[in-house]
Amino acid sequence: MHAVASVRGVEDALGIRIPDNARILRNLIAGIQYVQDHVIHFYHLHALDWVDVTGALRADPVATAQLAQSISDWPNSSADYFKAVKDKLTAFVQSGQLGPFANGYWGHPAYKLPPEANLMAVAHYLEALDWQRDVIRVHAILGSKNPHPQTYLVGGMSITLDPDSETAINADKLALIRKLFVKAKQFVDQVYIPDLLAVAPFYKEWAGLGEGLGNFLAYGEFPDAAGTLLFPSGIILNRDLSTLHPLDHTKIAEYVTHSWYRYGEGDTASKHPWDGETQPNYTGPKPPYEFLQTDGKYSWLKAPRYDDKAMEVGPLARVLVAYAAGRPEVKALVDAVLAKLGVGPEALFSTLGRTAARGIETAVVAGKLISWLDELATRMADKDFKVHNGEKWDPATWPKEAKGWGFHEAPRGALGHWVHIVDGKIANYQCVVPSTWNASPRDAKGQPGAYEAALIGTPVQDPEQPIEILRTIHSFDPCMACAVHVVDARGRELTRIRIDGSM
Amino acid sequence: MGKTLVLGLGNILLRDEGVGVRAVQRLAERFDFADDVQVLDGGTLGLDLLHYVEEADRVLIVDAVATGNPPGTLVRLIGDEVPAFLGIKISPHQMGLADLLAASRLRGRFPRELVLVGVEPEIIDTGLELSPTVAAQMDALLDRVLAELARWGVHPRARRRDAQAENRLATVGREEGR
Repeated sequence: MHAVASVRGVEDALGIRIPDNARILRNLIAGIQYVQDHVIHFYHLHALDWVDVTGALRADPVATAQLAQSISDWPNSSADYFKAVKDKLTAFVQSGQLGPFANGYWGHPAYKLPPEANLMAVAHYLEALDWQRDVIRVHAILGSKNPHPQTYLVGGMSITLDPDSETAINADKLALIRKLFVKAKQFVDQVYIPDLLAVAPFYKEWAGLGEGLGNFLAYGEFPDAAGTLLFPSGIILNRDLSTLHPLDHTKIAEYVTHSWYRYGEGDTASKHPWDGETQPNYTGPKPPYEFLQTDGKYSWLKAPRYDDKAMEVGPLARVLVAYAAGRPEVKALVDAVLAKLGVGPEALFSTLGRTAARGIETAVVAGKLISWLDELATRMADKDFKVHNGEKWDPATWPKEAKGWGFHEAPRGALGHWVHIVDGKIANYQCVVPSTWNASPRDAKGQPGAYEAALIGTPVQDPEQPIEILRTIHSFDPCMACAVHVVDARGRELTRIRIDGSM
Repeated sequence: MGKTLVLGLGNILLRDEGVGVRAVQRLAERFDFADDVQVLDGGTLGLDLLHYVEEADRVLIVDAVATGNPPGTLVRLIGDEVPAFLGIKISPHQMGLADLLAASRLRGRFPRELVLVGVEPEIIDTGLELSPTVAAQMDALLDRVLAELARWGVHPRARRRDAQAENRLATVGREEGR
């Protein structure tokens, strides 16, 4: 994801147009990433906020089969199948080794699903583990590896297209990718979306909770041959879907007033990323600590703002911008989901709306993958194998100074890289990543970011088990803590969610 | 005999947090393994490693382990002693070893034998170097790894002209013979 933003940044600075094949390859890699990421997010992180794994132990496999068959044609839906899953789960829970599930909020009264829906979701949790591994093979085929496929170049891609070569993308590989895309789409259409629609009605109150800012930003993504984006760029302010403001990246600026950085001209300033500074200035307590002083600096994230306003980014922002722009593929799906749940568009401004939007855009992208692949196959049939524009490969062709902006809509949301090149070298480089927008601390005016705003007013039944907080935070798909992997042999909690009574 | 997986885990950007990865890198540099043995730098991949773990009969994990003992203490956990649970987390990036093992157990594909050899970390902070305390334990850690493998009948060959590696094997051999 960062790879595509970084090469686009330099391409923007140097005025490089990439060949159409490279554009399609980038769409294919990013597209399957959306589908895989969103399904993993739903089943392996977010579902556990809504699905009580231990509740599945009380499910009747016959009734579970009836439920599954009533919502989908997915073949793994027999009573025997669900009985086998239930038996495995029962054995697992009874094994009691170091208290499996001990660190969850299982049995919490905020779980509302009937046992059968819980069992169905557990079965799909397990199925998704194999499915996600298979479909992401597309990254290995097109980019040699996953994560972090290695094929992005300034000017295009390095993977070669050649029907006569065994190592290049040829007819066999196109056929394999097609098979994986079919598999990806089937799971989305027959498992993910039906499950989302089956779970949501039990949690309708979450269509009125976790709203947040009401301001949304999307850079847009998935360009077609004419440069039109599948998910358009734009800004929505104050929930007003009738007015889509055009995006102007020069209106983005970052504050460090409440962040552990310092700016040369003082910490109340805001800086566009081209002029950005990253000078760490930790002023917080020495860990481990109980509280942070939120009236001072309290975060390692800067506070990006658009035209001095806090913004939410991510699937909900993309879907709302596409909806406001009247994009038919998106609008039809959004309206169908709203009708199915019996709610109006205002329900989108919520925790449930965020989770539904992620599913909606997954279905949209999964539906596009094969047509993008067809486009590539047609171009190859016409003997167009060009994947790279090397006109500016030699730094001698570059201007003395150049500035560029590389955008990408990562699965989590708007990702921007800004580069300033002087004398053929990088003079400044700044990234503003999706979770920096959403999890941003306050700015110089005290305006909160999306997470903070979304948590205001969230009722919490049991402060010791704040599952309600997790539901909203997870709905944003936070990117954090991929850093620490120490095994705690004492079985001690490694993640603790604290809520402060004054919040 | 089935497949053996030696899996180093951790983040090498956080000093001692990366000791497991450093150890398997060292192992792969110094020794040649038979085809049924895979030495894998698992980094911070979490759930992406599920299938590697499930496809092996024996899994030897090398990682930093918090036990509350003094930094540098070597730790050995077997089977159920290795924490396996599906717990609260903020981000899917946090899916770690415990989730991986829990998922594998839930799927009924838990490896036949599982051993974790670890070191109590001293410094987990940004940086590429191990702390002096943990670095000083690297050879002892590799000896433990080789001893576990020997117990499973896995005998790597020292790379040619690596006298240090041969010494390590000799040391392990003597300890095994005791």
